[in-house]
Amino acid sequence: MNACPERIVHYMHEYLDGEISREHELELKSHLQSCVDCQAHMHELSDVVAFVKGAAHVEAPTNFSNAVMARLPKEKSHAGVSRWLRRHPILTAAALFFLFMSSALFTNFNEQQQFSFTKQENVVVEGETVIIPEGQVVKGDLVVRNGDVRIDGELDGNLTVINGSKYMASTAVITGKTEEINEVFDWLWFHIKDGAKEVVSFFGKEETK
Amino acid sequence: MDALVNKRIKQVLKGDKDAFAEIVDLYQHRLFQVCFRMLGNRHEAEDIAQEAFVRAFINIHTFDQKRKFSTWLYRIATNLCIDRIRKKKPDYYLDAEVKGTEGLDMYSQIAAEDELPEEELMKLELQDRIQYEISRLPDKYRSAIVLKYMEELSLQEISEILELPLGTVKTRIHRGREALRKQLSRQPNFL
Repeated sequence: MNACPERIVHYMHEYLDGEISREHELELKSHLQSCVDCQAHMHELSDVVAFVKGAAHVEAPTNFSNAVMARLPKEKSHAGVSRWLRRHPILTAAALFFLFMSSALFTNFNEQQQFSFTKQENVVVEGETVIIPEGQVVKGDLVVRNGDVRIDGELDGNLTVINGSKYMASTAVITGKTEEINEVFDWLWFHIKDGAKEVVSFFGKEETK
Repeated sequence: MDALVNKRIKQVLKGDKDAFAEIVDLYQHRLFQVCFRMLGNRHEAEDIAQEAFVRAFINIHTFDQKRKFSTWLYRIATNLCIDRIRKKKPDYYLDAEVKGTEGLDMYSQIAAEDELPEEELMKLELQDRIQYEISRLPDKYRSAIVLKYMEELSLQEISEILELPLGTVKTRIHRGREALRKQLSRQPNFL
């Protein structure tokens, strides 16, 4: 058998796999006719296949399926939630987005508890009160946070007071809009409007270009 | 059948646990058979086949319904079997004395397990003999031979189950056949 080419054994396996080409099969057959050793080898391999195929079908024990069902993990209360999350990835992403957005706004709201205001010329500050003195004209918007505002003079723009109150003298003149914000929801609304305004003005500019 | 299975899988995904029982009924014999042929022990085979179904249930959301469910299930089961075979090996101490046998340690047990004397072989029933010869194959060849000849799967399916290239599967089956040929030719009157 030493003299036999190695490919002959390979062809035997190709034959057993049912994947032998016409040429290989012819070569194998003519070789087997002339070589007793290879014939024996081929026989033994065919017998191996018959031997293994002789294995009886084995069946699962009765009650197998019940045993499996008993072994399944009990569904936890949050399993329904996690399944829902898996099935609705876009809604999940949207919910997460809103969660983070709102938490960012709330922390902003809480962090900005200190007194602040828009820097403008001609404005006087006394304690936590911003004063526009009588006879003075302030050009531009004024935003006051966590403080009061007293207007004796003239404001040529919008006034926004957040968490504070405004006092107007009889001489006071405000040419723009006046807004007082005290609640969290007002604060949110203000932010949304502000954002929308920016978007609108952005598109407005784009169009004018 | 695939359409029915996919329908049941969708029900399981929606939380209907009972739909899974029907899936178990459909595949239990095939899965148990692979495990039994791989492990050679009904008790262990039952445990591993059950575990395979439990894993399938837990991970059912990772199953791609465009693929064949049986392939996926077979993969879980064969992986569990191979893990079990590998874990089993170092489980006992070789020089520990075997209970109830004076002076017999595990070395002699392994020798006995590896190769039965000829007169013992003659006494084996055919079915036991088949299982004995299969269990002596290295696990790489064993899984390929079992899937090919006992589950009667195509080479393509076996390659997907074992996650091996087709060429590797063929080589393993060829070597498995040659190994069995050598094992069986030890007993001239058998072949």
